[in-house]
Amino acid sequence: MDPIIILQAGVASGTVLLFATIGEIFAERSGVLNLGVEGMMLIGAMTAFSITVSTGNGWLGLLLAMIAAGLLALLHGLVTIHFQADQVVSGLALTFLGTGLSLVFGEGLNKAGAISLLPKFTVPLLSAIPFLGPILFTDQSVLVYIGYAILPLVWFYINRTRPGLHLRAVGENPTAADAMGINVYRLRYFYVFVGGMLAGLAGGTISLAISPGWFSELTTSGQGWIAVGLVIFAQWDPWRAAFGSYAFGALRRVILDIQGPQVLFGFPNPFFYNPYWGFFMQMLPYAFTIVVLLLGSREALRKRLGAPAALGLPYIRGERGV
Amino acid sequence: MAPATSTRNYQLPFTVRVERRLNVPGWLSPAVSLGAIVVALLLGAVVLALVGGNPWAAYAHIGKAAFGDIGVFSDTLVKATPLMLTGLACAVAFRMKLWNIGAEGQFFVGALCSSAVILSGLVPKDAPRVVAIPVMTVAGVIGGALWGFVPGFLKAKLKVNEIITTLMMNYIAIALVNFFVFAVWSEGGFQMSAMFQKAAWLPRLADYAKQYPIFRGLTTHAGLIIAAIAAVIVWYILYRSLWGYEIRLIGDNPRAAEYAGINITRNTVLVMMTSGALAGLGGMSEIAGVVHRLQTNISPGYGFTGIIIAWLAKLNPIVVIPVSVLFGGLILAGREIQPAGVPRLIQGIILFMLIASEVLLRYQIRIERVGK
Repeated sequence: MDPIIILQAGVASGTVLLFATIGEIFAERSGVLNLGVEGMMLIGAMTAFSITVSTGNGWLGLLLAMIAAGLLALLHGLVTIHFQADQVVSGLALTFLGTGLSLVFGEGLNKAGAISLLPKFTVPLLSAIPFLGPILFTDQSVLVYIGYAILPLVWFYINRTRPGLHLRAVGENPTAADAMGINVYRLRYFYVFVGGMLAGLAGGTISLAISPGWFSELTTSGQGWIAVGLVIFAQWDPWRAAFGSYAFGALRRVILDIQGPQVLFGFPNPFFYNPYWGFFMQMLPYAFTIVVLLLGSREALRKRLGAPAALGLPYIRGERGV
Repeated sequence: MAPATSTRNYQLPFTVRVERRLNVPGWLSPAVSLGAIVVALLLGAVVLALVGGNPWAAYAHIGKAAFGDIGVFSDTLVKATPLMLTGLACAVAFRMKLWNIGAEGQFFVGALCSSAVILSGLVPKDAPRVVAIPVMTVAGVIGGALWGFVPGFLKAKLKVNEIITTLMMNYIAIALVNFFVFAVWSEGGFQMSAMFQKAAWLPRLADYAKQYPIFRGLTTHAGLIIAAIAAVIVWYILYRSLWGYEIRLIGDNPRAAEYAGINITRNTVLVMMTSGALAGLGGMSEIAGVVHRLQTNISPGYGFTGIIIAWLAKLNPIVVIPVSVLFGGLILAGREIQPAGVPRLIQGIILFMLIASEVLLRYQIRIERVGK
């Protein structure tokens, strides 16, 4: 129960949620709700692991995982953007499809054995920072550092660049964006694809770095859905998404670690390898998601914040929009 | 197609127009659904062939192992029973555009509560069936309704997204059932409770084999009747009662419903509870009709398949019955097909094709000669 170790591991496992949440923020900011994150993450995890097993190249595995999940997301894009299907149902269908595909193509992968994981390293100077150094910059996977790197970039892109402005315009008022000469359809396809790629990256991060291997549906165990919940908590803002993701990562780690020591803060540990308490510990991330969602919703009501105005609505050119 | 009216001229002697349909002929909707299923099965065959399977053998096997003779058909009906109830649960909620993705969890809690009244001894061991079964039913319904109340209340009062909450409640429900199975009612450390007394079993067709020899070995149980009655009641509520009118109006146009003075907050909670109650009844029927004890893994995803069933049935409670039988067959026969993900995959493709095909109901393609 060393807090440094818990936070260090929490940041690592939070990176999975970070990628998935950022991806969903892109899709939702463009006005497309994609509930298929869980399915896309599974496809990503399965593809990354399978390719790495057969080629030995983790980077190739990661790349193909992103492409596979991105293509799956484009299916959702086609059905919701051009066919104007209900985004909720299509997202659910994507989850079923992604889960089914990854189970079928991942058959037997659980016996594939060990693979060489993506590298871990310590950043020379930064790791010397007291407290933060050992947590953030010591012996982390390269993917964790990629997470740190994209975070400010994503924020800058969405809030301070012209393409980012177009992205927000398409999600808030597609009719006006269209009148300004922005191609609403093309942008929505693009960001749905980006969202899928990041979900695939999140899946690959699990199977190649955080908890390596392929354990069918248990590989993600609902983290895709937690990511969808975190987007609402984050109010579609990447920094808040990062805070939520890392906090959840740490929570998952606490749940594992609290069952280890015999003595906790000088008292006998009630959770010490107690399998019965373990079931309630398993519930915590999910219960916590509900609480976080509750807090996010209350804050949104109070501050009159809201989702992108056109979220979930198909854009039909020439008809009255929002 | 996205542009409402687009004319594309490919320098051909005709133009292809995509335009909005003004009226949908009655035969079109079922025909499109059927077409979507056929295309989905073909796509599923392609995937099966890709992973080295023989799709036609697999489909033939599903057909034979699910509908081949009265014995397997009876087993198909057993699988269809919980699907009808979870399908109804989803249909009620979806009709009001409430996205209850939590039928799976409500099913588990229903199973837990109906087991609890037996295993805790609340229903005495020597109580007759006419006491045990109704008490179990009420317990299952209350359990499911409670599990639906939480997300319904959060949605109604605090605008908390019900998709995420119902889904999270699934994971919590399954962990809760695991806790009770392992920690409270475990039989010798195994992942199951002790067997219920016979009075807590729903009667099976096989129980009447003495009078009607044709029923020998048939496992179809009275849960099927419960499910069919539930379907009729739900149909009556939705399409013949004032409450159902309110539900449908909120689903189609919440703003109009609000102006008409319909209490959306109250209906959100009530519909979520009704939906949960139906799924919980499904859990009770599965426990009392099939497993006869509480154990882990009582559902191969009945709650999730219910979503597809509700959508395929176009949210019509009566149509839920035959659609459930089809999916019951798929689940029953799919268990023996390798790789294990095939039934899930086919379900996913069917749902995708189904919603994609709905564009054909909204738009029509017209081919016209140029110069006409």
